[in-house]
Amino acid sequence: MKISGAEIVIECLKREDVRHIFGYPGGVVLNIFDILYDNSDIQVILTRHEQGAVHAADGYARATGRPGIALVTSGPGATNTVTGIATAYMDSIPIVVFSGQVPTKLIGNDAFQEADIVGITRPCTKHNFLVKDVNDLARTIREAFYIATSGRPGPVLIDLPKDVTGDVTTFKWPEEVRLRSYNPKYEGNRWMIKQAALSIRKAKKAVIIAGGGVIHSNASRELKELAEFTEIPVIMTLMGLGAFPGTHRLSLGMPGMHGAYCTNKAIQESDLLVAVGIRFDDRVTGRIADFAPHAKIIHIDIDPTSIKKNVGADIPIVGDAKRVLKVLVEMLKEEGKTQWQAVRRSWLKQIEAWRKEHPLGYVYSDTVIKPQYVVEKIYELTKGDAIISTEVGQNQMWTAQFYKFERPRTLLTSGGLGTMGYGFPAAMGAQVARPDMTVIDIAGDGSIQMNIQELATCVVNRLPVKVAILNNRYLGMVRQWQELFYNERYSYSHLDVVPDFVKLAEAYGAAGFRATKPSEVEEVLRAGLAVKDRPVLMDFIVDWKEKVFPMVPAGAAIDEMIFGEEAEKGKGKKKLRAVK
Amino acid sequence: MRHTISMLVENRFGVLSRVAGLFSGRGYNIESLSVGETIDSKVSLMTIVTTGDDKIIEQITKQLNKLIDVIKVVDLTEVDHVEREMILIKVSPRQADKAEVLRLAEIFRGRVVDSSPKTYTIEITGDEKKIAAFVELMKPFGIKEFVRTGKIAIAREGTRKT
Ligand SMILES: Cc1ncc(C[n+]2csc(CCOP(=O)(O)OP(=O)(O)O)c2C)c(N)n1
Ligand SMILES: [Mg+2]
Repeated sequence: MKISGAEIVIECLKREDVRHIFGYPGGVVLNIFDILYDNSDIQVILTRHEQGAVHAADGYARATGRPGIALVTSGPGATNTVTGIATAYMDSIPIVVFSGQVPTKLIGNDAFQEADIVGITRPCTKHNFLVKDVNDLARTIREAFYIATSGRPGPVLIDLPKDVTGDVTTFKWPEEVRLRSYNPKYEGNRWMIKQAALSIRKAKKAVIIAGGGVIHSNASRELKELAEFTEIPVIMTLMGLGAFPGTHRLSLGMPGMHGAYCTNKAIQESDLLVAVGIRFDDRVTGRIADFAPHAKIIHIDIDPTSIKKNVGADIPIVGDAKRVLKVLVEMLKEEGKTQWQAVRRSWLKQIEAWRKEHPLGYVYSDTVIKPQYVVEKIYELTKGDAIISTEVGQNQMWTAQFYKFERPRTLLTSGGLGTMGYGFPAAMGAQVARPDMTVIDIAGDGSIQMNIQELATCVVNRLPVKVAILNNRYLGMVRQWQELFYNERYSYSHLDVVPDFVKLAEAYGAAGFRATKPSEVEEVLRAGLAVKDRPVLMDFIVDWKEKVFPMVPAGAAIDEMIFGEEAEKGKGKKKLRAVK
Repeated sequence: MRHTISMLVENRFGVLSRVAGLFSGRGYNIESLSVGETIDSKVSLMTIVTTGDDKIIEQITKQLNKLIDVIKVVDLTEVDHVEREMILIKVSPRQADKAEVLRLAEIFRGRVVDSSPKTYTIEITGDEKKIAAFVELMKPFGIKEFVRTGKIAIAREGTRKT
């Protein structure tokens, strides 16, 4: 029996176990939307913007580990996906984006709503395809899912000309995918892992840095075993938060530009760095030349290009974090139990001393709401049992600093690209995947306005996503840099008019609450969290002067930090230099 | 240092732009590039000449390997190999110099592929040094123009990675 390309697309999605699509229709994808009209296996969530659809697919993928799917039309529909795709690419998130394309005969003719989306997204996808023949469709979709979800995951785009989805052929599902040019390596080299084990044995001042790779490879259990068995403290990059329990005695939280002093200090003074699933972003390393100067570096990553790209590696191990860590722990255990606690005692004590020297904190006020206080309260009320997304800016860093992530896949944040407007649609996607969970977007008043239209999507689909806006009437992070590095010249970072978010919520049919005093914070949060049938905007009018500290100025070494009170007193300011 | 990188790629549309895009997007330089079919018509061979320190070359080869359509990458600089380039050079010698130009072409095993009352077009094949030497020799006689192919290269049989 022959079926149409559009039917093939849906049949393939079913076989890939897809249950949700975030989509937005248009002329050249109507063939596909028509099949979806009376399909009960796959639910389409009609977003209000294609960027929202892709971020939602991304949030869906981060929260579950399963690929998120977006379906959009050609031209403007396709170009609207670019920011979402680039966001997923930078953070290695498996999504598959289907874009419509003008009929094959018109490609290249500047046809109505034609855009070379395969060309445009080439540098920000793991791979992309233009399907020119309906007979290639099933195999291409199978390959796309395989590529998106295997090895180092990433976004894949499939461009579907209208005639390809209209043509008919016999459906043939390729049971197996084989690509001679793509064979991710999962098993680490045993000899190298042995070297790693030996180094761990010898090291006195070791630290683990875990990144997003640990979460992608579901290696949290192995990571915990390694840390607990060897008594090595664990640092997590922004992408790695949740890979190891934030409340664990061995957790040191996030390093880098806004990392805690003891965290950065531990890296700088360490004699061994066990880096797992991280790519040493410049926000983590600070000035490369002075990064971890005394440390031997073990670098475990599935992507060979991540190794020795920014930071050298003494023991490079290409492989899947979960499998490599498993072997590493086995090898360490085989050698019997060293008195790790005795070995590490002084190192852990030293780190504790650094923690006391400059603890992560803020000055509480009972007249004006401190944004950090809101984050702390959210943690208190959810006990870590929630999915938290963030926007970008101060809100993102305060969340990373003050919310204790207990489990993997509970933080959704745009780390690599730093995309404002990511958090809300991502939360929406996560809520679709996990209707049982509390999902909260910790937002800035600037960022939330970048994809606010998705309120309508949440209302229609009764998605009770919570948005906690840390409303400082500023592009706060920009303002912070201008205050510290640009002589307080606040060039175009004041938002002047911020909409009345409570009224806005109500206009959309969502719930809206506002807190203007610290005493109202908990009450508003409780009221917001209690709403189960609609999205909620909670507007926290916070101290606009508050900054994220500590801070490593761009281009400085990560232990050259400035701290809150000092900066306020004007100390330290002179040390800062203008930055890129 | 200069490296000659040889790679087998799937013979599909868009592969060249993936490779070229990788170089431009990451700020690497392509000095020359040649592409052609192999015995297997589904596979093409690309030869790229690029420069960079060891760290950059390591990144380039890893990044190329990471492209889904790239089957195999070999840095020929690390193995014994033969490389060839071809140049077509049009010279316009004075009447008195014509014999000398032809004699030099012969020494370089060149061939005259076109001649007009005022010009000779000479084809020379060889490695980079040979071609550079011939160009140098022709300069005094008046070079009107020349075109060069990119470099192609192949590993010598029975050689190991050094
Ligand atoms: C799409 C996009 N545009 C610009 C930026 C640059 N940027 C980084 S943080 C920031 C300010 C964010 O303001 P807001 O959402 O209010 O967060 P706050 O820092 O005040 O918490 C800006 C403009 C960005 N990251 N993303
Ligand atoms: Mg703000």
